[in-house]
Amino acid sequence: MAELPILDVRGVGKTYALNGQKIEALRDANLTVRKGEFVCLIGASGCGKSTLLRIVAGFEPPSAGQALMWDKPVDGPAPDRGMVFQDYGLFPWLTVRQNIGFGPQSRGLPKQEVRDTAERFVNMVGLTRFADAYPHQLSGGMKQRVAIARVLANDADMVLMDEPFGALDAMTRERLQDELLDIWQRTKLTVLFVTHSIEEAIFLADRVVVMEPGPGRIASEHRIELPRPRDVASPEFNEVRRELSARLHSHHARKAA
Amino acid sequence: MSVTTTTGAPPAAAAARPSIGLWQRMRGTVLALIVPLILLAFWHVAVKAGMTRLIPSPYDVAEYMVDFAWGGIWDDAFSGTLVTHLLASMSRVYGGFALAALVAVPLGILIGRNDTVRALLDPFLQLMRPIPVTAWLPLSMILFGLGARSAFFLVFLGAFYPILLNTIFGVRGVEKRLFEAASMLGCSPSAQFFKVVLPAALPSIFTGLRLGLGLAWFVIVVGEMTGVPQGLGAVIMDGRTLSRTELVICGMIVIGIAGFISDRVVVMVMNRLLRWSPSHHG
Repeated sequence: MAELPILDVRGVGKTYALNGQKIEALRDANLTVRKGEFVCLIGASGCGKSTLLRIVAGFEPPSAGQALMWDKPVDGPAPDRGMVFQDYGLFPWLTVRQNIGFGPQSRGLPKQEVRDTAERFVNMVGLTRFADAYPHQLSGGMKQRVAIARVLANDADMVLMDEPFGALDAMTRERLQDELLDIWQRTKLTVLFVTHSIEEAIFLADRVVVMEPGPGRIASEHRIELPRPRDVASPEFNEVRRELSARLHSHHARKAA
Repeated sequence: MSVTTTTGAPPAAAAARPSIGLWQRMRGTVLALIVPLILLAFWHVAVKAGMTRLIPSPYDVAEYMVDFAWGGIWDDAFSGTLVTHLLASMSRVYGGFALAALVAVPLGILIGRNDTVRALLDPFLQLMRPIPVTAWLPLSMILFGLGARSAFFLVFLGAFYPILLNTIFGVRGVEKRLFEAASMLGCSPSAQFFKVVLPAALPSIFTGLRLGLGLAWFVIVVGEMTGVPQGLGAVIMDGRTLSRTELVICGMIVIGIAGFISDRVVVMVMNRLLRWSPSHHG
């Protein structure tokens, strides 16, 4: 018997009612994630990847099946699953330091510990000089660093990321990808990462889960065996990209047919 | 770091701007004075040219203002009484405003957060809202009698709605994302009221308080039509009855200045408390 997975998604489905019409956003999704794994969910819009992530986060209950975290059913959001949103979701009235200390403080840690933790993670994401700045004074990349740091400062077992770098410029995106991998390797984090960029998925993930729309479902899984650090310009990388790309497009072609 | 350099000045640098010239510092004041000075000149010329005989010249008003403030020129019933009237009005304006804030902010939060309370109170309050404060004058005098309590009530009424409506708006407008962020960080739903709802609604609440205080000054004349012996509104009403236009204008000027100063104070407090908000630092 293999070790207990950190996340076990079993037959999860989600149906919305929209103007009296039923929309099936996700059907029978099955997925396991082991501790320390970096898993990317990829697919065109409407494939249910964000829905799946939000169900794992506990923001939405599934209509069918269940998500198990350490073998316990997910029942609402909790600090063991930290979420990083594309639009940051920082508290605008708190400074960088206070945003990062928000989780530890909410969980009732002693003041000194909150301060020390915040300090440590402010430094970890390289925002020491901006510790007392407010979110509106930061660039997008810096805001996303704060969002990542506040989840890490909260000791999350698993980090859920919903297209976190989607709103950033290419240079900043690449830099943050590197930083995220660096943090992931140093902290043995578990990451479930939603993206629509094939390159981003291959660059980051141990495993890429391809999803397809109509209704949203998991189509295939691909283990990425490329050694790290990965070089996006290497022939091996391109080989994987071509494979995955064909895979994604074959889904689309089948749907169009 | 290239990322930091693309983001422009760090917050500390904003305070350390290079020193700016005299004109730069005075520019705002100078520009703000142009229109009032032109109007003042026009007023002076119009009176001197005999376009009206019912309005005193700016000079006469200024002279009377000195007498109104300190006495020693005309020495009539109003000489040297400015401070008394101003204090009387201020006590009603700030008293009525404070009471309005005390009732409207919690009520607005309740209506904004609780659907039952909203269903219970919102239609009624919306129905009452279009009724002008002036229309309440007779009823208020019956309910609260002639005098200060009636004035107090009318000021309260004037300040109440802007505070209430902006509080409701602020509380209902909190981004859903912030609740999600708070709950995934371990902030319990009950703690989210103080840690998310209140701070997020604060800019709107302040907008309401600012409008409310402005309106409190705005309705003070009506409020003091209720037969109070003292107050700037009472002075204006007396001036009107006695055909003493210079007294009326003096009262108007004092209300304008007092209202302006109290607004500046609110804005200063607001900018201090809302430093984090991109639309409030400045």
